[in-house]
Amino acid sequence: MQKIETLFVDLSDWFIAWLQSLGVPLAWADAILLLIQFLCIVGIILANITILIWLERKVSGFIQQRPGPNRLGPHGVFQTVADALKLLTKEDIIPSKTDRLIFITAPILFMTISVMLYIVLPMGKDMQVVDLNVGLFFFISLGSLTTIALLMGGWGSNNKWSLLGAMRSVAQMISYEIPLALSLMGVVMITGSLRLSDIVAAQDNVWFILLQPIAFITYFIAATAELNRGPFDMPEAEQELTAGAYTEYSGMRYALFFLAEYTNLVAVSALLSTLFLGGWQGPWLPSWLWIIIKTYLVMFLFMWVKWTFPRIRMDHLMAFSWKVLIPVTLVNIVATGFGLYIFKGIGG
Amino acid sequence: MAVDLNKENNDVEVLQKNNILVTTLEKIWDWGRSWSFWPLNYGCNCCPIEMLAASAARFDIARYGYEVFRASPRQADLIIVAGPVTLKMKPILERVWAQMPEPKWVLAMGNCATSGGPFKDGYSILPGCDTVVPVDVYVPGCPPRPEALFHGLLELKKKVASGQYTHRR
Repeated sequence: MQKIETLFVDLSDWFIAWLQSLGVPLAWADAILLLIQFLCIVGIILANITILIWLERKVSGFIQQRPGPNRLGPHGVFQTVADALKLLTKEDIIPSKTDRLIFITAPILFMTISVMLYIVLPMGKDMQVVDLNVGLFFFISLGSLTTIALLMGGWGSNNKWSLLGAMRSVAQMISYEIPLALSLMGVVMITGSLRLSDIVAAQDNVWFILLQPIAFITYFIAATAELNRGPFDMPEAEQELTAGAYTEYSGMRYALFFLAEYTNLVAVSALLSTLFLGGWQGPWLPSWLWIIIKTYLVMFLFMWVKWTFPRIRMDHLMAFSWKVLIPVTLVNIVATGFGLYIFKGIGG
Repeated sequence: MAVDLNKENNDVEVLQKNNILVTTLEKIWDWGRSWSFWPLNYGCNCCPIEMLAASAARFDIARYGYEVFRASPRQADLIIVAGPVTLKMKPILERVWAQMPEPKWVLAMGNCATSGGPFKDGYSILPGCDTVVPVDVYVPGCPPRPEALFHGLLELKKKVASGQYTHRR
């Protein structure tokens, strides 16, 4: 049991020791380990997305009382593989009137940012690429950078739908950035640290979803808007904007945007389970299995919301953020402050 | 240079006996393409209703993985021409077809798209969409039932998987 728990940590320790036995200096060995960790993260992301897109189609089928993909392999599990092969070999169209450099870099930037989110996520006990002391801040600030990638895609396409979609996404993401950050303040106040490993350790006795239920709900709503997922998928509202910022993208460039959105979804779900659901802590099973289970539960919640709620109108969306979410999160912060003051007063 | 075909076939058989399968990238790609047609949102009135029925719970086009209807032609592989092509619609159909990335396919759904249907003698109706775009599969019916659409899609799947389509570029 202990062996399984520390499997990956032992592996990396053993790898460093092996490299040093070959006469590689420690700094170089660490650098090589970082490279391998990067490759592992990319592998985790790709494997997760392959499962996730299939799961999304199955869950949507389940909710709409249809079987979903079921012809290709058992329960249609190879459907995503076929889609990926097709997208890889599609023609790559770059329209002549585009701003070429911006058009090409936008999907790459989007994907890069999404992969960077993973370096601070604790994926198990002592399993974190970098344990930054501003981990949460790093995550939120990188998450808001994706707006720029979307805006670049919309602007570079030189297409009215793309530009409108990009503008909408900027407006939406900036307004939802505020409740997103504010709702996490309660957790940070209780823990007294922005380091994600500290936040997990602070949930040893009680999960923060019990101490901060309102923050959990507001963060969930704001994160749905950040991820551009339904019911907040205004930037790519099909009926009005064709495909929003992605309208001019074809083949693998479009697939990169698609992949990055799902990469973001996995990262945000993992952060949600780290902050509110006790992270990798749990009985019996190894820690890295617990975080996977919790992340998948949160992702199922995201899908459930997407496929059961209709899309919200743009002005209602903005009004909801400024008039409901921000006041609620502010009140939550004040209440948490009072609660902490009283608790510390009683405790000594 | 003369190629000994028998010898090559023998080599493949020997490899297969040793559990090594030989294939070409084209075959794998065609396999992927044949299982993942993303149709374009395109249609006029009554055939699209059947198309919607095909994607709804009772028939469920998602079983074959063809349910990803795309609004932008840049991301679509298949255009299901459902409805008559009028003179006014012709340039739009041409433009949408040109905007789709290769490899791309056309499925003519219903009598109007195959031959002009009941409106054939009209002054503004083209006799079938094959006068504008190269059609791969015709699905007759007025409108065809969802089962007929599925049959057409599966025939197209066979065609693509066998690799017997022309790369139009």
